[in-house]
Amino acid sequence: MNQPMSKAMEESPLPGGYYNLRLYVAGQTPKSITALANLKRICEEHLVGRYQIEVIDLLEHPQLAAGDQILAVPTLVRRLPEPLKRIIGNLSNMERVLVGLDLRPVAEP
Amino acid sequence: MSITASIPAAGAGQSLAKARTGISGLDEVTFGGLPAGRPTLICGGPGCGKTLLATTFLVNGAVMFNEPGVFVSFEETSDDLIKNVASLGYDLGALVAKKKIAIDFVRVERSEIEETGEYDLEGLFVRMDYAIKSVGAKRVVLDTLEMLFAGLGDTQILRAEIRRLFAWLKQRNVTAIITAEQGEGALTRYGIEEYVSDCVFLLDNRVSDQITTRRLRVVKYRGSAHGTNEYPFLIDAQGVSVLPVTSAGLAHAASDEVISTGIPGLNQMLGAGGFYRGTSILVSGTAGTGKSSLAAHFIEAVCARGERCLYFAFEESPAQIIRNMRSIGLDLQPRVDSGLLRFEAARPSLSGLEMHLARMYREIEEFAPAAAVLDPISALRGETGDVHSMLLRVIDLLKSRGVTAFLTNLLSVEGMDKADAGMSSLMDTWLSLVQLESNGERNRGIYVLKSRGMNHSNQIREYQLTSQGVKLVDAYLGGSGVLTGSARIAQEMVDAASIVRRAQDNERKQRDIQRKRAALERQIAELRAELESDEEEARKSLQHDEELEKRRQAEKRAMAVQRGGEAS
Repeated sequence: MNQPMSKAMEESPLPGGYYNLRLYVAGQTPKSITALANLKRICEEHLVGRYQIEVIDLLEHPQLAAGDQILAVPTLVRRLPEPLKRIIGNLSNMERVLVGLDLRPVAEP
Repeated sequence: MSITASIPAAGAGQSLAKARTGISGLDEVTFGGLPAGRPTLICGGPGCGKTLLATTFLVNGAVMFNEPGVFVSFEETSDDLIKNVASLGYDLGALVAKKKIAIDFVRVERSEIEETGEYDLEGLFVRMDYAIKSVGAKRVVLDTLEMLFAGLGDTQILRAEIRRLFAWLKQRNVTAIITAEQGEGALTRYGIEEYVSDCVFLLDNRVSDQITTRRLRVVKYRGSAHGTNEYPFLIDAQGVSVLPVTSAGLAHAASDEVISTGIPGLNQMLGAGGFYRGTSILVSGTAGTGKSSLAAHFIEAVCARGERCLYFAFEESPAQIIRNMRSIGLDLQPRVDSGLLRFEAARPSLSGLEMHLARMYREIEEFAPAAAVLDPISALRGETGDVHSMLLRVIDLLKSRGVTAFLTNLLSVEGMDKADAGMSSLMDTWLSLVQLESNGERNRGIYVLKSRGMNHSNQIREYQLTSQGVKLVDAYLGGSGVLTGSARIAQEMVDAASIVRRAQDNERKQRDIQRKRAALERQIAELRAELESDEEEARKSLQHDEELEKRRQAEKRAMAVQRGGEAS
């Protein structure tokens, strides 16, 4: 469904608003450390000054897993702006993270 | 002695610990339940009852065995789940409120999830761990784990994680049920059976002749014996029940107790004075020969002894049977009211043979009757072999419980059916009702075709359906066979006439003797009178002689006084 972006496609202007992001992890695993590092880099590149990252370790707060329908870890949940989005994995596929966060438009068919 | 005794005990100690499902029948089939502390896979096509079976396992665990449970649902939300199982009489909401059951709906929607690199399902583990701890769960249901494959793209990660999940469940020591859709040519669509190798059930909902039958089979049960057949199971307002109705072997006890047929004349025809308790009785006959009436008499006799009777009616409604039996003077309604008689009426086409059998099994288990009536077995449709196999199991089922079975069979007018011949060997007593046609009329005759273990009459006896019930009439054997109807009445008249004649003869003889006696007595009286008169005469002459003598003496003395003056 989500095609990889073609280089030729021009970057659309960033949507405005404030980004409230939550990263769910389970302990300090290599995957979660990578994911947090990737997320910070993306935010610094695209959302300077308009984002907030909340890291939730499910091993410490297991009761929070059901509320945001967490299944896989790491999961990044975009709580704001609406609608809610879930991005799973260590966020190493930059293109798809940007699509998932609506920072880049989905390729038009 | 003590050494040998310890060997089986040690063996028993090693046997697999089992978690009872509380589902009637399933615990019998699995010899005690699911493998405790291990995962069990339930697979089957859509709508075959996987979720309901799994839910029943959890609810029974919480209610009956004090083992709380966690329901991890990938398909239905908690509210939907609670509503769906309410139809089975389970109050899941109350159990959740009492912290006996935790429901966790895991939403997996591919369109909402973006996959960006490596991940694992630790989130699911955390949630399950949390849910298990929140209620202290001993049982876990995952329904349907396969939804993960639809929601997540990376099957390599999924497979590794599912493998880890099962290891995790085992390590947690929870008894788990995992449901999975049946795949083409495989047990499950995504090969989940590769990971769950301890215990696998296959559910099936087969349609044959437009009739569906639910069946359950234990495909695999590592470390335990289990029933290997396909067993029908029911899902209805009473929950889920598996019905392990198999041929029970021939180990049932034989009773010497004789019970009445309800018809005195029929009791006489059977050497023992009735049926043996716990045997099977077949009454066959063409339409209108009164099979049901015979059954009604039998029922009345059962109920009159204060025993319970179960009536499986396949062609008539209970109200219709009761009304019809009133016409022969039998009112079964009070027996129904007092709870001794229960009707189970269902069209044979309502469900498959197996389901009928299953329903009958449950009714018999529940009602525990002393006798059961199946009226008529000819209504059961299916392959001859299937019908035979079903009846065999019904009879085994009844016999193993010491229930007297009373079956009726409608014959086509031509005579004996194929099914009948097949039935014969299953039956202990076979009564045949026949229409005797002669002299332009039809009369009803009954004879005992066979009755195991007793001497019985070989006569065809005529019987009548009267307003006072079934009455057996003495049969007349004439030169051309049994006489019935008007021929019998004619014979009866001949007999009656000869009886009158004999009575008249006797009377005349009596009169003759009386006359003779009177004559003799008269003679005797005459002779006696003669004798008496002779005696009187003799006495009188003697008296006269004595008086004469006395007078002579007196004269002599007077004469002597005159001659001598003084007597010397």
